[in-house]
Amino acid sequence: MTAASHAGLNLRSPHEPTAASTEIGLFGFWVFLMSDAVIFALLFATYGVMLAATAGGPTAHGEFEIGAAALETLVLLTSSFTYGMASIALKYDRGRRGLLGWLGVTLGLGLVFLTLEARDFITMLRAGAGPTRSGFLSAFFALVPLHGLHVLVGSLWIVVMMTQVMVIGLDARVKINLIRLGLFWHFLDIIWIAIFTLVYLHGLIR
Amino acid sequence: MTETQGIWPAVLGRFDWSALPFVRAVQTPTVSEIIGALAAALVVIAAVLIAGLITRYGKWRWLWSNWLTSLDHKKIGVMYIVIAFVMLSRALIEAVLMRMQQAAAIDNPGFLSPDHFGQLFSTHGSIMIFFMAMPFLTGVINYVLPLQIGARDMAFPWANSIALWLTGAAAALMMASLVIGRFSTGGWTGYPPYTEVAFSPDVGPDYWIWAVSLGSVSSTLAGINIACTVYKLRAPGMTWMRMPLFCWTSLCTSILMIFAMPPLTVATGLLALDRYLGFHFFTNDLGGNMMNYANLFWLFGHPEVYILILPAFGVYSEVVAIFSSKELYGYVSLVLATMAIAVLSFTVWVHHFFTMGQSANLNAVFGIATMAIGVPTGVKIYDWIWTMFDGHVRLTTPMLYSLAFMMTFVIGGLSGIMLAMPPLDFLVHNTLFLVAHFHNMLIPGVLYGMLAAYTYWFPKAFGFRLNETWGRVAVVCWVIGFLLAFMPLYVLGAAGMARRTVEVFEPAFRPWLYVAGVGALVLLAALGSLFVQLFVSIRDRAANRTPVGDPWDGRGLEWSIASPPPEYNFAIVPHVGGRDAFYAVKRKGEPYRPPGPYEAITVLRNSNLSALIGIAAGVVAFALVWRIWWLAILGMLVVIGSVIARSFARDVDRIIPAAEVEAIERRWLDEAHATDPIPRLLETTSANRGLAGVSL
Repeated sequence: MTAASHAGLNLRSPHEPTAASTEIGLFGFWVFLMSDAVIFALLFATYGVMLAATAGGPTAHGEFEIGAAALETLVLLTSSFTYGMASIALKYDRGRRGLLGWLGVTLGLGLVFLTLEARDFITMLRAGAGPTRSGFLSAFFALVPLHGLHVLVGSLWIVVMMTQVMVIGLDARVKINLIRLGLFWHFLDIIWIAIFTLVYLHGLIR
Repeated sequence: MTETQGIWPAVLGRFDWSALPFVRAVQTPTVSEIIGALAAALVVIAAVLIAGLITRYGKWRWLWSNWLTSLDHKKIGVMYIVIAFVMLSRALIEAVLMRMQQAAAIDNPGFLSPDHFGQLFSTHGSIMIFFMAMPFLTGVINYVLPLQIGARDMAFPWANSIALWLTGAAAALMMASLVIGRFSTGGWTGYPPYTEVAFSPDVGPDYWIWAVSLGSVSSTLAGINIACTVYKLRAPGMTWMRMPLFCWTSLCTSILMIFAMPPLTVATGLLALDRYLGFHFFTNDLGGNMMNYANLFWLFGHPEVYILILPAFGVYSEVVAIFSSKELYGYVSLVLATMAIAVLSFTVWVHHFFTMGQSANLNAVFGIATMAIGVPTGVKIYDWIWTMFDGHVRLTTPMLYSLAFMMTFVIGGLSGIMLAMPPLDFLVHNTLFLVAHFHNMLIPGVLYGMLAAYTYWFPKAFGFRLNETWGRVAVVCWVIGFLLAFMPLYVLGAAGMARRTVEVFEPAFRPWLYVAGVGALVLLAALGSLFVQLFVSIRDRAANRTPVGDPWDGRGLEWSIASPPPEYNFAIVPHVGGRDAFYAVKRKGEPYRPPGPYEAITVLRNSNLSALIGIAAGVVAFALVWRIWWLAILGMLVVIGSVIARSFARDVDRIIPAAEVEAIERRWLDEAHATDPIPRLLETTSANRGLAGVSL
């Protein structure tokens, strides 16, 4: 795989060292994501094992609001799409304004997602369905907020990258980091799809 | 807690004066407390002494800018190994204390309190695995791997430095637990529910959780770095099947790190959620289930065994071929065996808890998988034996370690096959038989391998050989000490003596415990011999210099450059034409030739930020242990801020001009041409200046 085959990459001077360092930098980030995926896989497994450990407390069916979760899904999937638009703006060099605009929209959607999710958690906590109530709720509150924490980190990263685009401009390192951020953001989308399916949709089953 | 009101709990968290072992020793002056206070005093005095000496000789700036903030893989590798030796010393002394206690405590309480004894076996195990073996092997890989594949550094030098600093911070946290507060008594595995707040409300398990978590994150970073280095930075022509075997074992180890460290992070993270926020993952009530912990921990724990042992297998493969003057026998089979071990290592974790309630059929599956993993390991042993067969074998220190390994490791393997049978495991689980087994794997398997690597590559790193006589004394002490200390444990375990026993009520165990105690003292002498060896070698370094860089008639690219190597490793990136690249070049009569026009080389500047991240992460961990929330938040902000600051840094490179490269290389080549080549029989004498005589 050469540097040119990475989606969205547009290095103005394709001389050897930059292409090579791009290749290594992106490959390393893929490997990091893989190890992060193992963490999520284990938390999913833990959640599955703990489904029955409700200790007489709230169950998945009673607590989860599928409507809110569906709205969160919509927001996060849209943000992945808008990040894709940012990648296209980067790839076809459509100027900083387009790039910054799409990054800004993505950030906004990420923050909306976090707000909606926080509202969900607060509702659950108010209803006495907090992590200290049962093993099942502990597993829920380890898995889903960890994804939320990732989205928060991703949002902070977007802010950092927008600042760098404005202050430094589009040099090779900014471009590499924008593509890494893209991988990270889409990765969070995939994790969320798994959460929506295995946690929220599964919770609909009586 | 003396006070719960006022400002001090907010500032100092859970700290109070009785957290200091000196205060405890005055309050209750028992032998056990005094030993604890002495150990703490030793840490403090050593730290003050070292800091004082550095100040006395004005070396702070040198230390900071030449070592601590360096992004050079070679210096990072050396620093990892320094950490390993410091922690080895502490954990070995703890082992001796435990052996003395058991030998003394037959039908009487001995001199250590049960609580102190519990802390000792917990720190001993945690340190030996996470802060001795892991830094040692990471350090060796860091140093050797880029040199072997013809690279100028690791793939991510900055992350490499962060990983080093995280390990350093974790090791420092272990040391802090000796001086402030206390350590866990929950063993190196930290099994809940015992380590939950309900049973261990003190800071001990928190020290364990955060030290291990820092180590785990560090090893994940190291694994990613090592794997990417092998995948992406091999010199032209260095195809997969031309790599030295140590590169293969490093690659497999790094892949295991990438997949096996996250389970540990999850296990310690969930335990922390239980302890800090009242979650119910592993508690006895409200749906908690400690079996989840057992599975998570050993999903890490078993691959960890192979993370530890595979690099040593790589070292043995190098050492045996070199000191037999023969090509490594069965290279392809060794590669396949390494890969097979790496895959199988993920399929055996349940054998760590055969007795914990799963069905007999499940145990049978995991028992068979466990026995299967012995097959590729056996293949390796045969390959090494065949490598020596009909070779020109020299019994140098690294070779003695390798031979001692082959003989004693097989015994450990056999006892492992015994433990792999669930019915037998039911009889001897949780006894000293198990303790004997895993020490029998880890001491010959890991420690001998790392010490062989240390002796073998030392002249590469520092430009002079280690003293051979003291090296052999150390080997003899390690081997005899190991046999004396651990063979009796097989007998005691088979007779039913439980592990982690603070007081013994069976007089028949006495002679075996005495022998084991003597063995522990011999092992301490072995450690002492290593330090004497280092001292003597540095003192006599002028007589043992090997500046040309090839003291052992080496095969890999690492021997084709000066000792110590220049900062950029290779002036011109080599083109590799086959396996054992440098060996072939020597046989063609083409080494030490100027490789053509030199070019300027870009290397990385030092980074203060990676050091800052490590220190701040250590502060966060310490603050979390003591519930000093403001400090934890502050430290976390420093970590995040440093990462962001680094992403803004642009002026990170330093250029070494072509003229400087040429001057360095010319000096070395002139020295090579002025040096007399030596035959193998003289390689341990001071005639060895690092130029190998080539006999065709």
